[in-house]
Amino acid sequence: MGNRINYGEVVFWAVLFLGFGIIPLLKATSYQMMLASHCLLWGLFAVAFNMLWGITGMLSFGQALYYGLGAYGVGLMVRHVGAGWFLPGLGLGLVASVILSVIVGLLIIRVSGVFFTVLTLAFGQLAWQITFRWYDFTGGDDGIQGIIAPGFLSNRIVYYYATLIVVIASIWFLRRVSRSPMGVLLRCIRQNPTRVAFVGQSVRFTQLRIYVISSFFCTLAGGLMAGVDNSIHTDMLYWTTSGEVILMSVLGGIGQFFGPFLGAGVFVVIQDVVGAKTEYWPLFIGVLMMVIVLLFPRGLVGEFQALRARLKSLTQGNRGADETASGTAKPA
Amino acid sequence: MKPLLELQNLHKAFGGLRVTSDVSFSVMPGDITAIIGPNGAGKTTLFNQITGFLSPDKGRIVFQGEDITGLSRQEIVTRGMGRAFQITSIFPEETVLENVRIACLSMRKEALRPFRHISRFKEATDKAYSILESLGLHTQADRFAFELAHGDQKLLDIGIALGLEPKLLLLDEPTAGMSPEERQLTRDLIRRLWKEFNLTLVFIEHDMDTVFGIAQTVRVLQLGRLLAEGTPDEIRGNPEVITAYLGEEVQ
Amino acid sequence: MDISFIIVQFVSGLTMATLLFLVASGLTLIFGVGNVFNFAHGSFYMLGAYLAYQTVSAWYSNFWVAAFVACLGAGIVGMLAEFLFLRRIYGRAEEGGFQILLTYSFILVIDDIVKIIWGSEYKSILRPSGLRGSAEVLGITIPTYNLAIIGFGLAVVILAWLVLTRTRPGRIARATAIDREMMATMGVNVPLTMTLVFGIATALGGFAGALAAPLRSVTPGAGIEVIIDSLIVVVIGGMGNFWGAWLGSLILGEVIAFAVVIVPEWASVVSYVVMVLVLIFKPEGLFAPRSVGKV
Repeated sequence: MGNRINYGEVVFWAVLFLGFGIIPLLKATSYQMMLASHCLLWGLFAVAFNMLWGITGMLSFGQALYYGLGAYGVGLMVRHVGAGWFLPGLGLGLVASVILSVIVGLLIIRVSGVFFTVLTLAFGQLAWQITFRWYDFTGGDDGIQGIIAPGFLSNRIVYYYATLIVVIASIWFLRRVSRSPMGVLLRCIRQNPTRVAFVGQSVRFTQLRIYVISSFFCTLAGGLMAGVDNSIHTDMLYWTTSGEVILMSVLGGIGQFFGPFLGAGVFVVIQDVVGAKTEYWPLFIGVLMMVIVLLFPRGLVGEFQALRARLKSLTQGNRGADETASGTAKPA
Repeated sequence: MKPLLELQNLHKAFGGLRVTSDVSFSVMPGDITAIIGPNGAGKTTLFNQITGFLSPDKGRIVFQGEDITGLSRQEIVTRGMGRAFQITSIFPEETVLENVRIACLSMRKEALRPFRHISRFKEATDKAYSILESLGLHTQADRFAFELAHGDQKLLDIGIALGLEPKLLLLDEPTAGMSPEERQLTRDLIRRLWKEFNLTLVFIEHDMDTVFGIAQTVRVLQLGRLLAEGTPDEIRGNPEVITAYLGEEVQ
Repeated sequence: MDISFIIVQFVSGLTMATLLFLVASGLTLIFGVGNVFNFAHGSFYMLGAYLAYQTVSAWYSNFWVAAFVACLGAGIVGMLAEFLFLRRIYGRAEEGGFQILLTYSFILVIDDIVKIIWGSEYKSILRPSGLRGSAEVLGITIPTYNLAIIGFGLAVVILAWLVLTRTRPGRIARATAIDREMMATMGVNVPLTMTLVFGIATALGGFAGALAAPLRSVTPGAGIEVIIDSLIVVVIGGMGNFWGAWLGSLILGEVIAFAVVIVPEWASVVSYVVMVLVLIFKPEGLFAPRSVGKV
């Protein structure tokens, strides 16, 4: 609270700058660098997604739509115009993302709660269907291969650092948003939308704004991912992708701004370790999601904070242990 | 002097049930008006219509000389009408300061600013602190709102409304659920806020000490219609009111 | 396009609508009574299809026995899922979102378990004996099995309506939908009601899966296709509304049946287009008596 230094936040930025910054200097293999890039981009995707859910209380099951839009913006340009059109494709995807999210947003913010979730899912699946069916244009189920960023970006170390910089800048921006008046207003909408109207603010308009902002950064993550994997696939638009980003967020803790980033990192690593060993990966993540939802709903960061608060109050012999625990586990 | 708020022949029915029928009255600037009546008399429904939560079936609501019938809640609020709720309506997971500050920011059209840190909005922050001081909540400014005692949460609700610097403040049962001592404190506070913020007050209340202690005008609703209006003394002496309502409560 | 062709497509649309309705009505029932949106409802449909396949192929059983097994099996698994998992998170602050996640995790788990047991290749079963031929209606040939499905659908609609309006448990379920707490204070065992509703709804889904098995091949992906279609149905019809689910199924079934012949490649996209159109003009669905989801 107040202006006290938040150590968790300091640690986060340090890891982001230094931890991810030195990976290429450690003679990392290209596979390890790809994993690191995945952590970064899924992290951005999850943080952007959580601006909607954890902060504003709008659970979208369709952010894969915007993630895939970014990827296909790049992929389609490279496929139909030329290999050098990577960056214009990224820009085009971002512009399309803003336009599309305004249109879709206007249609779906009229309902809230589960209804909102169902509609986001439906629009996500619509985009997937179109991409899947329109074989001549999108390559359908074959996806698009051979996407390589042009010029100096084709060097994978350069591309890695470019990704790192974009991710840092984006998360920094979203962090600013979350601590601005608008960020507080978003949290207020989650807690008590009726009261928000009675302080003279439009709930819907504010929701639309954050929907567009969140979608923009999802698109950015998807577009950059196309350059990391050098290929894209319709699965990026499929609802399981939306499901994965949700799982990452709950895993890390949706109540905290940085929780989803941590969750994304942990998820990518688990996927790398477990996913290679089993063909029943969905079963594994299904069970994982059940365990988190039923037993650790606050996620890694939230449970850690609660635990720390409890230990602290135990050592101080404080009787209000539960109160402190729940207090500090609230959104920061 | 022109009235600040004018209700003209308001009608509202839910299905076949008439919850407001032909209610007209006006509130002059600086008035303290109490609205009383038995449960189900339509008091909160009337508030809901005034504040744009419901729209009346018939009739007009005029605020500061302008017709506000059918405007949205946001529009009505931004025209200078604040409201505190019967069931306390705050932002539980925000700090006490943040609760009031968001209203102050909204009033300054800064609530949607997406980039600058919220504490750097000096003017709104100072205003929020001064409101908290007037309410006696400033010592708890950094606590989460859900941690406050019930009575303090009610005050915070009023604080949010004050953050909008309203000309007219509607309070729905400000002393509900309080002990007699707390009620006395709240009465004093309301009177003080009325002076300090130059307010016009309209409040719904069941506690007769509060009603007759601070209201200048009392209006009695029964079954959706206005049964009587007058000064507290006139209402006390009104035989119709006594039989309809006060009979059971005052003796 | 001549008239007999239109009628054939219309009947095929009705068949699809009936199957969809069996799933969507269960979805609606759970949502209406318990305010839970069961994302995994399609998986119970799929489970029903596999159970029917198992019963017919491994035990050479009669189709109707198989349909009964599918119904029972899906219902039991549904009740277990509600009793063991979903029940534990009712009333949490983040209820809505976490319920969705939990039912989403059911999909992943059920789909994979089905894959482990039955593998991922296509399975199919024969139509029940006696319903393998076709009937001549006004000189048009229509498969009798389709007619039987439509008949079953009608019977279920009427039966469900009677149960909901004329019987005590039905009235309790509807009242619970309106006010859970009130029913609890009146001595109704609300958790038990929820478990039973869940069981009935998933049994309906399983039954639909069994009925569909002879028409479509049985695959692990079947559940997801159905849940997405049912989702569109409830968006069109208005969520939590029984008649809305019926109307929505009818619209979607017919739209798909005709889209398949007019724009074969894009049939599945067309159904979304219908949904978007409804959304633009009536965001809460065609049947929305309750004001839902308003802020």
